[in-house]
Amino acid sequence: MTEALPDFRLHRPESLEELAALWRAEPQARVFGGGTDIIPNLRRGLVDAPALIELGALPGFADLTLLPDGGLRLGAGLRLADLASETELAGGWRALAEAARAVAGPAHRNAATLGGNLCQDTRCLYYNQSDWWRAANGYCLKYRGDTCHVAPQGSRCRAAFCSDLAPALIALGAEAELAGPGGTRQIALLALYRDDGAAHLALGPGELLVAVHLPAFAGVSGYEKMRVRRGVDFPLAGVGAALAPVAGGWALRVAVSGTDSLPVAITGLPSPLALPLAAAVIEQIDKAVQKQVTPMRSTMVSSHYRRLAAAALARRLVQRLAREAAAA
Amino acid sequence: MAKMHLKLTVNGTEHECLAEPRELLIHVLRERLNLTGPHIGCETSHCGACTVDIDGQSVKACTVLAAQAQGAAITTIEGIAGPGGMHSIQEMFREHHGLQCGFCTPGMITRAWRLLQENPSPTEEEVRFGMAGNLCRCTGYQNIVKAVLAAAAELNAAKEAAQ
Repeated sequence: MTEALPDFRLHRPESLEELAALWRAEPQARVFGGGTDIIPNLRRGLVDAPALIELGALPGFADLTLLPDGGLRLGAGLRLADLASETELAGGWRALAEAARAVAGPAHRNAATLGGNLCQDTRCLYYNQSDWWRAANGYCLKYRGDTCHVAPQGSRCRAAFCSDLAPALIALGAEAELAGPGGTRQIALLALYRDDGAAHLALGPGELLVAVHLPAFAGVSGYEKMRVRRGVDFPLAGVGAALAPVAGGWALRVAVSGTDSLPVAITGLPSPLALPLAAAVIEQIDKAVQKQVTPMRSTMVSSHYRRLAAAALARRLVQRLAREAAAA
Repeated sequence: MAKMHLKLTVNGTEHECLAEPRELLIHVLRERLNLTGPHIGCETSHCGACTVDIDGQSVKACTVLAAQAQGAAITTIEGIAGPGGMHSIQEMFREHHGLQCGFCTPGMITRAWRLLQENPSPTEEEVRFGMAGNLCRCTGYQNIVKAVLAAAAELNAAKEAAQ
């Protein structure tokens, strides 16, 4: 039998209590939903784990619940294919469905989960390679090595966080529901991330992302993505944006993925906005994105190109949303 | 690691086997059940040559642990043709030169088979979007898209004739 993966124990807990006990007994165990992120990484020798914990049997883990305040609670086990076609996401929250639809290909979306997409490993030209390739290069700071080949003078890993869902959800004001040894807590989704490609998740030991909460949203939202091959690739840049009606006009939120080690929520955007958008405002949004993203040499495509792509996507997306908002 | 007792229904036949937790579904299908139709292409989940159907959904069998398919109903390329011969999709791939070297074809056809159940009358754009996870290095995709559209037309015509 082909031994493609390293050896590990496999667990399938049926409750959060059982999961907690498993994790206490094996703190180095790694959790997964569909496996579309961790299995290729295991295969390439990028994961040291004596045990894997599959989360599919946790009760209610894939539930989608409308909340009394008009918000939505999305279980972390929801499949991306389901999010892409979910009717609750056809209105104001559409950025999430558009982002889910933009992930990889159909077979990935059938297996991949919301939680897995948000907690996926960061990616880099010097990391997502076979073991012999990385060995020949002296490995890298993210795994087994001591130098970041993207920024050799730096002291941290510059691998890029490439979730399509994160920027869409951050633009929609999402919160992450975490369950761990200390109980349950809810934080802004942006606070789930740290600016370090080798340790980009702010989860404590034994802590799990169990759901995402979307607040009620009366505006329009969307997601745009740039990639090498439209069919399958991770984003070179991905932009989520949301336009919500406020006193005196519209409030704009924009977040970017694929450029930094964490999703970037763009700050300092003009507000409130008047529709139709003035050319100077679009220029301001473009400049804000260009200034705040910091793509590095972590892909085959130049960092400058990704910076311009992120800004162009933001400009294109915000103009689309402005047209939709004006027509509504 | 201790082996697990797996029960899978593959192409309508129940199979039981022992497999390690780390075994991928593609390896169990090919090496334990001798179903070598689904191919191993890229081993990084890009190419789709290993595409099989698990409980009514297309999945890349190189990115799924066999244990994750415990109890599932699986269809591989071996299960697509009927007792009367090739399936319309297979016929149309032949008719429209939807293959050259043929390595990607089992995954292409297994995916197209599910796609046409999800959407029996797709547009060209829908075929391209629905087949996007399956890579072909020979054909340039034009004839694959033509074959899937022709198969959709033929399947719909057959359905109408039967009614």
